[in-house]
Amino acid sequence: MIEIRLHGRGGQGTVTAAELIAEAAFQDGKFSQAFPSFGIERRGAPVEAFARISDKPITLHSKIYEPDYLIIQDSTLINLDLVRQGVGPKTFIIINTEKSAADFKKIFEKNTIQTIPATQIALAILGKPIINTILLGAFAGVCGLLNPASLTSAISARFKKEIAEKNIKAMNTAYCHCSSNSEYCFTAEKCTIAVDGGQKFSVTC
Amino acid sequence: MLKFMEGSRAIAETVKLCRPDVVAAYPITPQTHILENLAEFKAEGQANFEYLKTESEMAAASAVLGASAAGARVYTASASQGLLLMTEVLFNIAGMRLPVVMTCANRAVSAPINIWNDEQDAMTLRDAGWMMFFAEDNQEAADLHILSYKIAEATNLPVMVCMDGFSLTHTFEPVEIRDQKLVDKFLPRRKLISGQYLNPQNPITLGGISSPENYMPAREKLHQDLIDSKKMIQKFFTEFNKLFIKRKNYNGFIEYSGPRNPKLMIIAMGSVLGTAKTILNKEKLSDKVGVLKIKCFRPFPDAEISKIILSIRPKHIAVVDRAVSLGQGGILAGEIKNLCPIGMVSNFIVGLGGRDITPEHIEKIVKLSLNDKACTTRFYDK
Repeated sequence: MIEIRLHGRGGQGTVTAAELIAEAAFQDGKFSQAFPSFGIERRGAPVEAFARISDKPITLHSKIYEPDYLIIQDSTLINLDLVRQGVGPKTFIIINTEKSAADFKKIFEKNTIQTIPATQIALAILGKPIINTILLGAFAGVCGLLNPASLTSAISARFKKEIAEKNIKAMNTAYCHCSSNSEYCFTAEKCTIAVDGGQKFSVTC
Repeated sequence: MLKFMEGSRAIAETVKLCRPDVVAAYPITPQTHILENLAEFKAEGQANFEYLKTESEMAAASAVLGASAAGARVYTASASQGLLLMTEVLFNIAGMRLPVVMTCANRAVSAPINIWNDEQDAMTLRDAGWMMFFAEDNQEAADLHILSYKIAEATNLPVMVCMDGFSLTHTFEPVEIRDQKLVDKFLPRRKLISGQYLNPQNPITLGGISSPENYMPAREKLHQDLIDSKKMIQKFFTEFNKLFIKRKNYNGFIEYSGPRNPKLMIIAMGSVLGTAKTILNKEKLSDKVGVLKIKCFRPFPDAEISKIILSIRPKHIAVVDRAVSLGQGGILAGEIKNLCPIGMVSNFIVGLGGRDITPEHIEKIVKLSLNDKACTTRFYDK
């Protein structure tokens, strides 16, 4: 079983991102589960959401304390105890940021880190800073367990056609940035992310 | 077809399959999503029930009481303070022998205010004369609604389906939404018997004043009918299983998982069971510990529980409760202690007001129980 914990801020679609990951896994023929950290909703406040993926039915209904994947939607949350709790050397960390993975090595010394400029991708493709489908793509890209077609059907099941199309493009962009699945990425409709000289990313469509 | 959806959505879709005539409710967390989905079905013309927006939970319960008394199939849902506000009406619904079905999205009770999950709300209403089922996961919660209408209408007794707030209502997992044609076959329209419902052509009184010589027999009858309803529960669970589930040993009361002669039996209800069952795969514990699930809390399956305890003979029992009778102890534990010799049952009160329960908690409960000769009741969260 793979356990995923997401941290974001109220209004960022943290819960939606968890649901999309689990939905994509379900579309992929796996067992999955997603749930929010049941708080009192406030825009901007730190929020958590959880997802599990397994080959067997999932009976467990507790929160996730030692995640296999930690997804951080807002890098200003990194110093919270809540975010760092239970992060072991094997936890794979995905961070929405323009910075590079090396910039976070001091904080997460032993971990594999994947950074993704999700907000920039969202602004370039969706015109709004809504990043949940982009994080879905990034997660699927690094974990390599889910077929991109399942991600596409999860997005199509959730959004209306026009919005779904843009989100699939955004998801593909993130997926192909993080994945080595060159066969899919050769034909997938996507934008490209370039690092311009220093540390800054730019997204071109 | 198996679909991936939120627990509340699965309940709303299943309630729609049961074709209620009247839905009346008042929103309260964590039950609200169920109502929002039902309102959406109504607004989009996917369902044609009357949807009554009421001014309070008491009004919602009263509306379904009235509609059920007039012969309608009805639905309501609530939780926590909302359920408590319905209390007076819920006792009346049972006393008037109305086949109302409701969902309780289990939540803690004030004070202090807490919106999170435990089972204090429903357990406080255990003496109201309602049948009470507790779901372990969202599939079971959904299926219990179809079964509840069938059982309620066959026995003229109301049924409350309890599902843990948030940990089920707000959790997305795969759920099979049953086939409408099969549901229609299993659950045809409510059969009305002349003289047993409100009808201007054939006027009757329901719930009128009752003298001492009539009141006590009426209460005794209600008690006896609840106990006798076990036959109907078993009958319809068997029928439902044949049509939809097709599993061995499926019954409406209890399920035991674990070794044949465990040292310890954990007894619990609701969503904590899934977490407790992870113990069954632990190397050093799998041959020592079994888990007994209580599905039906009213009528209480005392004979069924006694039978399984006597047949597998655990040395000790740990009851995991998510509700307390303050000044006494865990409510489920009280019922189990009734059936067991003194010195056999330890009681752990866990997960109050949304406190998370992890597999590690369950492991510690096992360790503490195996050496608990004093059979303590403790609030356990470490």
